[in-house]
Amino acid sequence: MTDLHAAALIAVIALVTMALRFLPFLIFRNRKTPAYIAYLGRVLPYSIMGMLVVYCLRGVSFANLSGWLPALISCAVVVILHLWRRNTLLSIIGGTVCYMLLVQLIF
Amino acid sequence: MKPNTLKTAFLSTLPVMAGYVVLGTGFGILLQSKGYGLLWSVAMSGLIYAGSMQYLAVDLIAGGAGLITAALTTLMVNARHLFYGVSMIDKYKNTGKFKPYLIFALTDETYSLNCGNLPAGVEDGPGYYFLVSILNQCYWILGSALGSMIGSVLPFSSEGIDFSLTALFVTVFVEQWKSTKDHLPALIGAAASVLCLVIFGMDNFLIPAMILITLALTAIRKKEEDRHD
Repeated sequence: MTDLHAAALIAVIALVTMALRFLPFLIFRNRKTPAYIAYLGRVLPYSIMGMLVVYCLRGVSFANLSGWLPALISCAVVVILHLWRRNTLLSIIGGTVCYMLLVQLIF
Repeated sequence: MKPNTLKTAFLSTLPVMAGYVVLGTGFGILLQSKGYGLLWSVAMSGLIYAGSMQYLAVDLIAGGAGLITAALTTLMVNARHLFYGVSMIDKYKNTGKFKPYLIFALTDETYSLNCGNLPAGVEDGPGYYFLVSILNQCYWILGSALGSMIGSVLPFSSEGIDFSLTALFVTVFVEQWKSTKDHLPALIGAAASVLCLVIFGMDNFLIPAMILITLALTAIRKKEEDRHD
């Protein structure tokens, strides 16, 4: 493994990532955004956030209690904290501390 | 740029700061363990700037992967960025000189902060979006550099701290849920993802989930637009 090849790998990964980010903007740059795309833009954020939550929890396993209970309890803590105070930082820190305590001390 | 905009942007990005410094540090430590130090981690966080992909990139680099493999893996892992772009076209339309950087820096977390309405009191939209984007990348680079330097010596167990990313997404999900009466798109996103997770497994479900979500949203378009008008 040479440093040159490592640098080439980084360049390729950076370019593909950049292409994916710029493509939608380049395609629809000079025309009015089509109604269908505008519709997707309005509803997609809600769907994508649902998808990312599932993505984060993709590793939960129902084979034993420790595979899913800490994540379930901590997610519930996040939801309850957020419905109660609606303070983003509090919800995140509360949920994360809860999860760390659960996996380190109990499960 | 008004000081108020900077203050609001800074406060909005605090949760991301926590997540990015921690995950960035993890990335730096991982990369260091494969023999690539500070310069490499900062370069990767500056040029690639995509969290989960950078973790994968450590494996690719350490294993001496081919360039085609690296390109295809990136395409699969980061395809969701196409969706972010599509839904930000109108929002980023009149952002002038900030636009190229805003697009370059559109990560999951920056997207989750900039896709909603502007916070109360912020009038300079482009300036706010730019500050959120660049602050987030600063946290990420800072974390990466920190990880390269401290290596694997930690004073306490950080096991489970990666849950902060889950907590961030759950928080934004709840926030979005409260902001609208139309919960169908959110439910479709979650249900389609769970379905694809069960069918395709945890390593391969993102692309099918994105396709299924697009199809489902297309199918309910007429109903959704009637409700929206």
